Amino acid sequence: MTSQDQHWSMLFGRLSLESLPLHEPIIVATFAAVALGGAALVGALTWFRLWGYLWREWFTSVDHKKIGIMYMVLGLVMFLRGFADAVMMRIQQAIAFNGSEGYLNSHHYDQVFTAHGVIMIFFVAMPFVTGLMNYVVPLQIGARDVSFPFLNNFSFWMTTAGAVLVMASLFVGEFAQTGWLAYPPLSGIAYSPGVGVDYYIWALQIAGVGTTLSGINLIATIVKMRAPGMTMMRMPVFTWTSLCTNVLIVASFPVLTAVLALLSLDRYVGTNFFTNDFGGSPMMYVNLIWIWGHPEVYILILPIFGVFSEVTATFCGKRLFGYSSMVYATVVITILSYLVWLHHFFTMGSGASVNSFFGITTMVISIPTGAKLFNWLFTMYRARIRFDLPMMWTVAFMLTFVIGGMTGVLLAVPPADFVLHNSLFLIAHFHNVIIGGVVFGVFAAINYWWPKAFGFRLDPFWGKISFWCWVVGFWLAFTPLYVMGLMGVTRRLRVFDDPSLQIWFVIAAIGAGLIACGIAAMLIQYAVSIIRRDQLRDESGDPWNGRTLEWATSSPPPNYNFAFTPVVHDLDAWDEMKRAGAPRPAGNFRAIHMPKNTGAGIILAGISTVCGFALIWHIWWLAGVSLAALLITAIAHTFNYARDFHIPAETVAETEAERARQLAALKGAAA
Amino acid sequence: MPSLSPVSARLMRFSMLLPLAAMLGGCDWVVLNPAGDVARQQADLVVISTVLMLLIIVPVMALTVWFAWHYRASNKAARYEPEWNHSTQLELVIWSAPLLIIIALGAVTWVGTHLLDPYRSLARIDKERPLHPETEPMEVNVVALDWKWLFIYPEQGIATVNELVLPVDRPVRFRITASSVMNSFYAPALAGQIYAMPGMETKLHAVLNKTGNFAGFSANYSGAGFSDMRFALRGVEAGKFEEWARKVRAGSQGLDRETYLKLERPSEKEPVRHFATVAPDLFDAVVNLCVRPGKMCMSQMMALDEQGGTGKAGMLNLAALTYDKNGREQISAILPGDQIAASQAFIKALCADNSPLRARSAEVGAPEDLAPLRGANLPSPARPDAAEGGRLSLAAPAPAKSPVS
Repeated sequence: MTSQDQHWSMLFGRLSLESLPLHEPIIVATFAAVALGGAALVGALTWFRLWGYLWREWFTSVDHKKIGIMYMVLGLVMFLRGFADAVMMRIQQAIAFNGSEGYLNSHHYDQVFTAHGVIMIFFVAMPFVTGLMNYVVPLQIGARDVSFPFLNNFSFWMTTAGAVLVMASLFVGEFAQTGWLAYPPLSGIAYSPGVGVDYYIWALQIAGVGTTLSGINLIATIVKMRAPGMTMMRMPVFTWTSLCTNVLIVASFPVLTAVLALLSLDRYVGTNFFTNDFGGSPMMYVNLIWIWGHPEVYILILPIFGVFSEVTATFCGKRLFGYSSMVYATVVITILSYLVWLHHFFTMGSGASVNSFFGITTMVISIPTGAKLFNWLFTMYRARIRFDLPMMWTVAFMLTFVIGGMTGVLLAVPPADFVLHNSLFLIAHFHNVIIGGVVFGVFAAINYWWPKAFGFRLDPFWGKISFWCWVVGFWLAFTPLYVMGLMGVTRRLRVFDDPSLQIWFVIAAIGAGLIACGIAAMLIQYAVSIIRRDQLRDESGDPWNGRTLEWATSSPPPNYNFAFTPVVHDLDAWDEMKRAGAPRPAGNFRAIHMPKNTGAGIILAGISTVCGFALIWHIWWLAGVSLAALLITAIAHTFNYARDFHIPAETVAETEAERARQLAALKGAAA
Repeated sequence: MPSLSPVSARLMRFSMLLPLAAMLGGCDWVVLNPAGDVARQQADLVVISTVLMLLIIVPVMALTVWFAWHYRASNKAARYEPEWNHSTQLELVIWSAPLLIIIALGAVTWVGTHLLDPYRSLARIDKERPLHPETEPMEVNVVALDWKWLFIYPEQGIATVNELVLPVDRPVRFRITASSVMNSFYAPALAGQIYAMPGMETKLHAVLNKTGNFAGFSANYSGAGFSDMRFALRGVEAGKFEEWARKVRAGSQGLDRETYLKLERPSEKEPVRHFATVAPDLFDAVVNLCVRPGKMCMSQMMALDEQGGTGKAGMLNLAALTYDKNGREQISAILPGDQIAASQAFIKALCADNSPLRARSAEVGAPEDLAPLRGANLPSPARPDAAEGGRLSLAAPAPAKSPVS
């Protein structure tokens, strides 16, 4: 190495012009499209002078409703990226037969499936779920905001920072080629010397800070900020499931942080936690990552169970059947989810007793889950079911999820797992529960709460097109995977030598195409609804005849949510208020104490992104500088005493009077 | 004669009635229609578990559709009871119905997991033929390399790459490891998979009952050449197997440590290769990460540590122990000669023998008696000789003990 090279590497670490994947035409074309699209977006924002608005009203906002919406936008954007990866895999697997290498080499293909998994779990499902909890929970418990509004903003931007790093890996360097959990020794420095695994590590570490803090925040919110009268057993089911999810987050994400930290130590400073030699044990990594990973599955699905509970009760026009057993089932799932991790690697050679213990604990989880399903079922019994979109998604979920649950229990039988582990059957199973559960649930939730967030409903026509494309497309895409799993076809394969399999992959690709139509219809649904918002307007604030407190406010709610903290007398508080004819407060408004917006969250997350990038590329000086900047900014922020303000009583009175007029006019129109 | 249990046997018969089972028996569905007895039993468990769960899944799905249709808002004829939201009887049913299914499935799981433990030696050749307890299984050592499979036949003294030839109806004990990263050894026609991990040894007992050509592969992603990391599994008659082994032995190429180190280097789409001889202890050296000359075996280091280690002098061992800490072992430069000599001298000074120590392996024996498996160690009342007791453990069959007094 010449001294000049040494200088460059001190300045840029491992980063050089060769790091740009200019030799990969697919990536260059993607980059061109993204750059053009990005430039157009930036241009439009500048032209319409929206930067100031975005900065003041959104980026720096500490309002839980706006942060919730930003989480949903992040989830949606990353969903498009993750789905693009899925389509690439489907096409590759549909054509790589008869000696054809397909169109992706292994370097590219292996990044695609790794990125697909990482993005869909960490940057799609997590933001969606966190966004829903952020938006809905404070409204459901009658609170003004979350416990720590600034922390909420900071959490969101840290999650975004992780997403930014994953996206950067597409154009600068490479992403991990290890599978979404990056098992060592493959992810160790010996077998993955490039920057891919480092992107993976730092993206997850930075996003993990956001997730953990947001978990703490929501636990504090639910425990401490419920409206008077809302005892634990009067909490809406969605709030209950959110509480359990956040307990899971706070208890499990530190394990992920720790295991990734150990892997980083192996990669950066030469320790031997997970190496083959010097007493390292890759099996330890596999255990640790699944001790986080299995609760993670429930982190995603529990809030969605809450969504379905709310939707079912509302659209059936009756109280949820078996509220207490629903709550107990949620708590039982929360606890049991820590006792099942080993079922992800029965094939690692544990003894029969260990394997059967974990197999049986896994099956036991299906009992409370089954009870939940029965509760929704019997809520529908003797009901008046309105089949609006949220309810359609719920029924589709019930019919889809039971199959996924069944195959899941099947995989919990260790001898069955020996023949189905790592096969396409497994892939079909977890897409069955994640798409059939989490994704369907998120769509139910978006259709359900959109009118609350924006004051107008979503267009049902395009929504139904999207619904049918999704449901049919899902089964078309994943039934062939179940079948091929029983034929002994493994996951993550890039090329195939058995031509009889091709037809199944072609069917799966057609299914993915149908899902793409579903996504397109969904985007059209949003666009059409925004354009036709005046026809779809809902002024009542309660378009579905809801039962919980979020429907008691206007749509969208004022930034203080409730002029007076509501008093709760029963489960389904808003339903009870409507029946009792509880009057709206008409006077005696007081000034409302509110948190002030701050740019500290986005600035800290921005510096974290730079720090992560520097660590990935071994640009040590930049890592040091940005770490120092991070600390200084964080400390400086603690000296910012201008953190709160009061909404004057007159403003509150005006807002509320305007709302009262609006409601009176509605009543008059109805009469 | 070992079989799962009367309950599951009855269930199995019940499942045979289902057209579903017939459909699933199609020739392509190798997981459900395998050629080896172990995989056969695993497939039966898949079917039994599925049928057990369908007992509850089908009614739930039917009820969902029926309720959704019948209680739609436009059907004003349907009863509407907005206040009805609790029923203790119904709650009991919705918790106990899944519970009962899980109890049944849990019992099947417990028994099946123990019976089909890959570490357990086989008790039968197939459903009809129990195995004579004295029968020694044939041993095959499996090494997952980047990205091909090496099979060593210690009895025959031969080795193959990407081809596994097995005599039918002869139990086989696989000892499995890997050279660099985690793989999973899986031939669906033969038996379920087990991970192949570097520096470690896993085991699998299996038997192939049909002649023919089958596929095997790695079921755990292991890097760039993973897709082509496949091997041919050929089941042949015993006589043909001996003939094949003789032919391989007659070949010229041998597998010494040097050849192994070359073979170990990453390569894709390797053709089938045969080796007429195999260096002694090669497999144990692979497990202990010490094939390369100058390497200290992990087992030796562990033996030293067991005796309290060697204090600061042990620092000298570091170079001799390094495997892939600083990069892919197979493509890293071989240690400079003097360093090898130094470390070897040091090892020799400490260890009488430079061959890897064999790990003490705890074999799990075939079950002699299945009754205890079903009864949580309680003596079976139906058996007059139950008073003998003692033979209840799932571990190696204990010698007959005198009655507990």
